[in-house]
Amino acid sequence: MQAAGRVGQIGRVAYLGYCAGVLVFLIAPILVILPLSFNAEPYFTFTEGMLRFDPEAWSMRWYREVVTDQAWTNALANSLVIGTSATLLATFLGTLAALGLASPHMPARRLVMGFLISPLVTPVIIAAAGMFFFYTRLGLGQTHLGLILAHAVLGTPFVVITVTATLAGYNRNMTRAAASLGAGPVRTFRSIQLPLIAPGVISGALFAFATSFDEVVVVLFLAGVEQRTIPRQMWAGIRENISPAILAVAAFLIVFALCLLWTVAWLRKRSSGQAGYSP
Amino acid sequence: MRSAAERRARLRAAGLALPLVAFVGVTFVAPLVSMLVRSVYDPVVADVLPETIALLDDWDGVGVPEEAVFEAAARELLVAQEERTIGQVAGRVNRVQGGLRSVMVVSARRLRDASGDAWRETMVEINPAWEEIETWHALRTAGERYTTRHYLAAVDLTRLPDGSVARQAPDRRIYVPLFTRTLAVSFGVTLLCLILGYPLAHLIAHSPPRRGAILLALVLVPFWTSLLVRTTSWIVLLQNQGVINDLLVAAGFIADDARLALIYNMTGTFVAMTHVLLPFMVLPLYSVMRTIPRSHMSAAASLGAGSAQAFWRVYWPQSLPGVGAGSLLVFILAIGYYITPALVGGSTGQLISNMVAYHMQTSLNWGLASALGGIIMVCVTALYILYDRIAGGRIGVT
Repeated sequence: MQAAGRVGQIGRVAYLGYCAGVLVFLIAPILVILPLSFNAEPYFTFTEGMLRFDPEAWSMRWYREVVTDQAWTNALANSLVIGTSATLLATFLGTLAALGLASPHMPARRLVMGFLISPLVTPVIIAAAGMFFFYTRLGLGQTHLGLILAHAVLGTPFVVITVTATLAGYNRNMTRAAASLGAGPVRTFRSIQLPLIAPGVISGALFAFATSFDEVVVVLFLAGVEQRTIPRQMWAGIRENISPAILAVAAFLIVFALCLLWTVAWLRKRSSGQAGYSP
Repeated sequence: MRSAAERRARLRAAGLALPLVAFVGVTFVAPLVSMLVRSVYDPVVADVLPETIALLDDWDGVGVPEEAVFEAAARELLVAQEERTIGQVAGRVNRVQGGLRSVMVVSARRLRDASGDAWRETMVEINPAWEEIETWHALRTAGERYTTRHYLAAVDLTRLPDGSVARQAPDRRIYVPLFTRTLAVSFGVTLLCLILGYPLAHLIAHSPPRRGAILLALVLVPFWTSLLVRTTSWIVLLQNQGVINDLLVAAGFIADDARLALIYNMTGTFVAMTHVLLPFMVLPLYSVMRTIPRSHMSAAASLGAGSAQAFWRVYWPQSLPGVGAGSLLVFILAIGYYITPALVGGSTGQLISNMVAYHMQTSLNWGLASALGGIIMVCVTALYILYDRIAGGRIGVT
């Protein structure tokens, strides 16, 4: 019995060690960027000075360079403009569609759902190639509008998925109650449904924004110099002129990702504890 | 019979979904359809050289064409030269048979100075290639408006002058090996993700809620982090002067002049892809494992099963839907992978998507790019339908 217990214990330690190893594999590459972005030298690796914690070897040099470089500030402006517009469009259309899809009367629901999810499943390179032909012919190539439309459509599946998921837990008696009290459909939506599904709508919007903010393939095909976004600028930074400035940008994006993750987790927690909700 | 109220409700539901359906149709599906059309429809040569192509349709394909064909070709090449469309035509003919680009371009330019009516002699004098029937076969093939040649090229096949289909010469087979490589890499990455992800998902699913939440967050951080950031990280870690090589040298495992080539090759592609796709394996596995009651394992143990037996006979079968969903999801994403191989794959770590981008942006062979894209799309769609069956329509990622 004792031998079996020891084998079990060794097995347990091996299992925990293995999982710890996998977690290190997942997280360490991201963490390694953060200290390196403070490198005083133009290298992608730790200098001896950094390892000795010599204050001379650490600096804000690359952060200053990014903040003062017009290519990067323009890219940030483009990313924000395109990301915000695409998110608004995707959230509006996606929420409307989700309200329809959640209705028990929706015809051909599975088919419509498959159609609306297709931008999520199609490899982006193929979507980008198709968009390149089509948008160019419509005069949307190398325009902000073209990129906004493209990023909006790539973001819509997330909104549809998160909002339909939230609506699945929505108690329809609330709508009936509101209707019996004399509220019209618009009023019912505004004062009953919308507040309840708001966490789902916001999570979907955050997903859509993150998609646009991180998208580079469509940008590579559709954007001109005027529409370069942050990921496009990073792409150029990795491929053409490797400079630790991209590590500073990467550090900023990691912090941004943490904020998004935290917000989505918080919203999920909130929505599951709400009234009028029957999970 | 549907009641009027129900009909109204149906209309309202459909009406709510309609704007997005239209939007996706115009901004997403129409571009894809136009790409698929481009993979089988190419009117340029037939439009620029209409009479030549029409005459070649009646040609027996055995002997050198008649004088009338030469005359039409000469006249239309001259027009093409003037309207600057000759480049597009020459490029397309060249793809059917290499080397014909310069024949076409030079002939079109030099025909300007030629005159008279012995067109055949004139053209053969400019370039003897006009006397070879292969040239005319290439012209006829390039002149097909509706064509399968892009799809044939995409699977390393070619049409012989007699109309039969044959494989390309071994040294010109590019795409089938690349498809095979893409499938092999996707399969390898999926398997590795499963091996790495299964125990981790198990640990997260059966941890106490608080610890589980923290562990889950550690999986979600890379999931939410920009793809380009993660790729940059791997460059920092794996490059020649990178962190891992530095560590190995410092520890004395390898000599400073024998640093390992970990990136800009297949190793780089493989490692970075596994890192990027691992959360897509862990999350569906986790969502299935969370629903497997612990009591089942205790029950198996109390009935005398050893822990290995209890796992294989009780736990593993119940986790299979998660294994299926996670594996298919990772595989689907891997097949269409572009960014990571492009940045860290070097010349040996490229996948089929990189070839689509190459033909879109560098060689400008859009017909072939579209055909390659069409093939990838069919594969992905088939796998997605399978995934939809397994995952029951819920995308277990968000």
